[in-house]
Amino acid sequence: MELFFQQLINGLSLGALYALIAVGYTVVYGIVQLINFAHGEIFMIGAFGAFATWTIMGRPTGSPVATSLLFILPVMLIGGVVASVAVAVAMERFAYRPLRNAPRLAPLISAIGVSVFLQELVRLFFGRIPGMPDAKSDLAFPSISGISGASVQMGGVLIRASAIFTIGALVLCTVFLWIFVDRTKTGRAMVATSQDADTARLMGINVDRVIVSAFAVGAVLAAVAGVAQGLTVGNIGFRMGFLAGLKAFTAAVLGGIGNIYGAVVGGLVLGVAEALASNYLGTTAWKDVWAFILLILVLVFRPQGLLGAKVVDRA
Amino acid sequence: MLEVKDLVVAYGRIQAVKGISFTVEQGQVVTMLGTNGAGKSTTLRTISGLLTPVSGEIWFEGKRLDGVPPHKIVERGIAQSPEGRRLFRQMTVEENLRLGAYTRKDTAGVKEDIDRVYDMFEVLGERRNEKAGLFSGGEQQMLAIGRALMSRPKLLMLDEPSMGLSPIMTQKVMATIADLQSQGTTILLVEQNAQAALSLADRGYVLEVGRITFSDTGKALLGDDRVRKAYLGAD
Repeated sequence: MELFFQQLINGLSLGALYALIAVGYTVVYGIVQLINFAHGEIFMIGAFGAFATWTIMGRPTGSPVATSLLFILPVMLIGGVVASVAVAVAMERFAYRPLRNAPRLAPLISAIGVSVFLQELVRLFFGRIPGMPDAKSDLAFPSISGISGASVQMGGVLIRASAIFTIGALVLCTVFLWIFVDRTKTGRAMVATSQDADTARLMGINVDRVIVSAFAVGAVLAAVAGVAQGLTVGNIGFRMGFLAGLKAFTAAVLGGIGNIYGAVVGGLVLGVAEALASNYLGTTAWKDVWAFILLILVLVFRPQGLLGAKVVDRA
Repeated sequence: MLEVKDLVVAYGRIQAVKGISFTVEQGQVVTMLGTNGAGKSTTLRTISGLLTPVSGEIWFEGKRLDGVPPHKIVERGIAQSPEGRRLFRQMTVEENLRLGAYTRKDTAGVKEDIDRVYDMFEVLGERRNEKAGLFSGGEQQMLAIGRALMSRPKLLMLDEPSMGLSPIMTQKVMATIADLQSQGTTILLVEQNAQAALSLADRGYVLEVGRITFSDTGKALLGDDRVRKAYLGAD
């Protein structure tokens, strides 16, 4: 039983990470019907942004613990978010907007191009930034006291501080997202645009700006996920966005692509399923197999996703 | 107030509007009549900025309008209730009305105008928290018109408000338009329902496959034999 709860916690932590990234896929898809395959790289850029911020801060180790929780980690998060949002907004402007009226395959190919471009950019040029280490191989993510490594024992279950950070970040982000979508004018404009873009234009909504905010919102959460991944795994690398992106995309489809809360649920379900399946059905080497089998099953039997995708119905 | 000059609009290589010119004066109701595919909706969508003309000019209150993005056109004072109503069906009545007031910043004024719409259409007020998709066609049309009014437009454009409605609902919609007219609203009305639309109109234009074939006062067009034959089913 202890093993079950241990895997449940591991799964929730992993799932929270997927969920944070998945929101970016689903928000952008809901508004421009584009699968932004470069979104995994936005997550990677977030991790590197946080790493760079930490380096600029003079590589603090964060003792006493309070400084790391109240100062170092928040500043790193801001650094990661700024980097991710900047890259995501530039990507929308230069790689997708010019293709807004092109056939649907064109932006998809552009997305794959952006993905490769960003990976190579980090691989070749991150080390050229004064003060930054070479990023051709994985970099050790800052080890900050109170978060990295530290853990809480509950019964026989070990809960790592990074897991608490990841799950807590997802909870906070979901609440903020809900307030943003439901209560702010920009949020309402996003919902309206996802239901019917032309009619949103007739209401006086600047759809171009709504699209930029969708990319930005996704980037904020991806950056938080990037930091969470760094803290959990202990290292970051230019390739980290590929598999995480693919998993998060699976989570978005699982929950019903276009549905924000679906992405959160889908992420958690995928993470838990992966952790439990690799524990009970075979070695961890198989965990990606279980994840993608789940994707195939959902696509075959419930293509609209667990919560149901956004229904586009017009009179 | 609105002046359209030699407007040409095309979808790819197919011209839907082939060089039309017309004007709408302040306080007027102008009706544009025509069958499916005559280019009526294309004309309205171009005025709203959703489509870019191939050539020609659109002027509104002395300023060029073509090439201006749609959200700026709403800010300049043109609202459209589009063909097929196009409500945000997953949103409530009130949310739809609030989106209609998206460009406005006077919260108190918006609240007042929402109440005014509820006074005009009681059923909307009674069921303000229900999803728009749950209402009947006529009620949805009322909401679409109410939503367009929420931006306090100088020019209100209505695209086939009677489409798909029962004769009784059509009458109600037309009575609403007459009310708006008597309050001094400038309206550009696109219709297939010639009798009702022309009897309201200060001026009417008949559009056939992308060209204006007749234009006169509403009353004169109602009496015109050719118009009667083609659009009123008289022989």
